[in-house]
Order: sequence, then structure tokens, then C-alpha cells
Amino acid sequence: MIEPRWTKPGVPLQRKKLLVYRHGPVTRVTHWINLLCVTVLLMSGLQIFMAHPALYWGQSGADTDQAVFEIGAGDSGDGPSQGFVRIGSSAFETTGVLGMSRNASGDFEERAFPRWLTLPSWRGLALGRRWHFFFAWLFVANLTVYFAVSLANGHLRQDLLPSLGQLRLRSLFKNIADHIRLKFPRGEDARHYNPLQKLSYLCVIFMLLPLMILTGLAMSPGTDAALPWLIDLFGGRQSARTIHFIVASLAVLFVLVHAAMVFLAGPINELRAMITGRFLIEDPHE
Amino acid sequence: MNNIMLPRRQFLKLGTASLGALLLAGCDRLSESPDFQSFLSSAEELTYRTQRLLEGNHALAREFTTADVSPVFKVNGTRMPAGEEYAALLESNFAGWRLRIDGLVANPLDLSLEDLRTLPQRTQITRHDCVEGWSAIGKWQGVPLAIVLQRASLLPSARFIVFHCADTLDEAADGTGQYYESIDLIDAFHPQTILAHRLNDEPLTVGHGAPLRLRVERQLGYKHAKYVMRIEGVDRLDRIGRGKGGFWEDRGYEWYAGI
Repeated sequence: MIEPRWTKPGVPLQRKKLLVYRHGPVTRVTHWINLLCVTVLLMSGLQIFMAHPALYWGQSGADTDQAVFEIGAGDSGDGPSQGFVRIGSSAFETTGVLGMSRNASGDFEERAFPRWLTLPSWRGLALGRRWHFFFAWLFVANLTVYFAVSLANGHLRQDLLPSLGQLRLRSLFKNIADHIRLKFPRGEDARHYNPLQKLSYLCVIFMLLPLMILTGLAMSPGTDAALPWLIDLFGGRQSARTIHFIVASLAVLFVLVHAAMVFLAGPINELRAMITGRFLIEDPHE
Repeated sequence: MNNIMLPRRQFLKLGTASLGALLLAGCDRLSESPDFQSFLSSAEELTYRTQRLLEGNHALAREFTTADVSPVFKVNGTRMPAGEEYAALLESNFAGWRLRIDGLVANPLDLSLEDLRTLPQRTQITRHDCVEGWSAIGKWQGVPLAIVLQRASLLPSARFIVFHCADTLDEAADGTGQYYESIDLIDAFHPQTILAHRLNDEPLTVGHGAPLRLRVERQLGYKHAKYVMRIEGVDRLDRIGRGKGGFWEDRGYEWYAGI
């Protein structure tokens, strides 16, 4: 029987503060390796996408086929070229960031993403791929360790699975209202994740991240021969590529919200918890 | 408590800023380092072994129906090989063209287009996946490479098959700008590895590699060498070009392009 971590007594600091042990070592180490991998994968992924910044649906798609999404640069008539993003039939001018941005010497260059978003910063598909596939392997290994340990030590069951009480509509609505008012849990409630937090972590860990790996594999011609059903699952190679891009965007959205919540909830306490494992609870008996 | 928190906050700000700068500038410096590049490249061997394990030696790439064929098959890389030699061959409709098969073979061959057309043929509708990210589906017809290698009696010492091409993609000062490619014997004897002379029921156009291009369906487009002039059996790759096994491989791309 493993004792649930968050019911351990903790270290009382003052009458109204309590330092509890929040994150186990594997959670902490895999969290930071994951951050490194996701950052490198995102930036090198944008580098790779820059080689053909258009997305299609189905098995095939190239220049003359209808793209569902496209980043490009085109003549604006009289002036210099303008960067644009096209989704379906609507186009938006994005010069300076997407389509057209400044290179290292400050001149405008036709490139889908700005240099501060790609790895390497210059146009380099070969190097981008080297970064991407090395960190893809590290990412898979790290996620595998996390899954195995979290299943074995009860982290998943005790800390991440919402309780039935948390899943009641009333409790969910209250939690949504708390998020909107930026009201963070205090006292006993701060000992465990709130329902929205648990659901979003579960979504990212068990849906978004595995989907990134599977759609990535589905783009590979080797997988096409080895696991053809995987390509069918996503509706073709180009569909898999489009889903890879959409899921990566959702992962970025998660990271932004996650970082914002850490900042609003108390960045020092939250960061310390993910580094040392210790999390400070105020008014523990409230 | 504030006394402790303030320096920490400054430290954190500084740390975040340094981390950002480190990521941007540091990654570029890492990218430029040959040692780091070969460190990153160690993943290629893992990918190669894993994919070979999963697909085995014989798993076939997906084949499609005529309904799936792309309306326009994108032309990429060389559109027209430079030089008088190729121009003369094109002028004569490749009547004087001969495919040379040599290197580690017991029986070197010179095959005309007519010879290749009378050998057993394979037709396959496959998806061409470019390293850039696009795909096109086309119907290819040609001679399985295995048949040509058997006729030439490939020697047991051969480990790779090299394809020398008519096009020079880069006027490199060291003279290594000519296109070439290489594959292992597993792919060389794979049933879908063919020397294609027809695309979508027409002879290959110049843009698609006339008169002959390689199809190696379980790898990315740059492995499918166009304008093949000579096929060589070798036991090592480091003596050809810049030694990495292909034109793009010499310029940083993976030799194993299954991903």
C-alpha cells in the first residue's frame, strides 16, 4: 500500500504555512526533460515546415493541389512582397512575422517563420531534421519512463485521475468560475490538483503528446510499409502532417496557459515545487 | 519572508532571460559545431535499425489505384541536366544511351532502353514523399533492380549499390556536385525497388529523370535518383563524392531516409 503523497503531514513552518512534498523525483526530472524536448521539437519542427509551408488533406498534396493552410509571400501590387497566412479561402497579411521576416542582417526575406522561432535560426532543413529526430527519440524515451513510473507508483491514479466528486457538474462549474476569477485553491484544496487541471494534464499527457508521436510516424515512408494502418487512422500522409501541425499548435496553447497559470498562482512556489518537490500551502487548516 | 523572496525573484528573472538567450544563440552555436552535428546524427542509426526491425526486409510500401494518381506530379531538383552529353542523348531520344552496371559484379553490363523494356517489368502506383513535406502519387513502370543485379552477378563482397547520375546539382569547387545516391542490399533487392522508365503510362519526361530513375519506395524522394547512368556495386561509400553516400547526404541529410 503506497501512502498517498499529499496526505503526508508536511513540515509546518509557521502556524499558517505548511511545506508539503508535492512532486516525486521522476515527475520533476521528466517534466524538465519534456520541456527541453518539446521546445526543441517545436522550433526544429517549424524549420522543417518552412521547407513546404502548406498543409493538405488526404494521402497526397503538392503545389498544384488545394492547400487547407498556407504561409507564403506574394506581390502586393506596387510595393514590396508581403507575407500572408491563408486558411481555407481567407488570407491575412502577416509581414514581419509569418511569410516575410528579417534575416540576420536585417533584410526582409521570404521565410514562413521568423528566425527566432526556428532551429537553426537560418534556413537549414537538414540540420532541422537532425535536431528534430534526435529529440524525438529522447521525447519518446522520456514519456515512456514517465508512463511506466506513474502507473507503477500510483502518481497517475492518486494525483491525476479526477475523483468522482471532482467530476460532478457542480464541482466542475465551480472550478471554471474559480479559474475565471483567478481564485486559486487554498488550504486543504491546494494539496491536490483541481479538476480542470487534472483533465488538462490528462489530455496533454495521454492525447496530445502520443498524437504528436503517432502523426509524426505516419509521415515517414518507412512507417508506410511497416504500419500502414497508422496512416489510414489519420486519413493519409498529408492528413497526418496537418494533424501533426494542429496538435503541435494545441500543445503550444497548453504551454502558454500552463505558464500563465504558474505565473498567476505564484511562480516561485510552483517552480520550487517542480524543482525540489516542496510546495508551500498557506492556511493549511482553512 | 520578503527578504528571501526578492533576490530569488531577481535571480529567476535573470535566469529566464539567460535561458532564452542561451536557447537562441546557444542552439545556433551548437548547430554549427561538427561534433554536435554528429552527436545529433547518432539518432539516424537508431531510426534505421528500428524501422528495419518493424518493417522487416520485405514489407511493401502502400500501393494505390489509378483513381489516386496526382493530377500533376511535382518536378523537383534538377529540371534539365546541363551539358552537351545529356543534350545529345535527349536529341537522339536516348537511342545511344547505355546503362552501365559495374563495380563489384562478376558480369558488367551495358543495357539500352530497349534491353530494359524487354526484361521483366513491374508496375506500381505509389506515393512519393519529399523531404520537404509534400507528396504525389504516380504510376511507375520499370525493371526490378534485383533482376539487373542478378544478371550482372553481384559479388558477395558488395554491401551497397551506388547510382551515378547525369545531373550536376551544385557547381562545387571540389567537383562533388554531381548527383549520386546509394542504398543497402535490403532495399536493392526489395521487390518495389525498380529502375523506372515510365511514369503514368508515358516515357519519363526530362523533369522526372529521363530516361531512367530509381524508385526505392520505403524512403524519401531524394533517394530516388533521376538520370541514372551507371550502377555500381561497392563495399564502402567513403570513397565516392564526399563520402556520405549521396549528393544530399554529403550536404547533411540522412543516408537512411525512411523518416
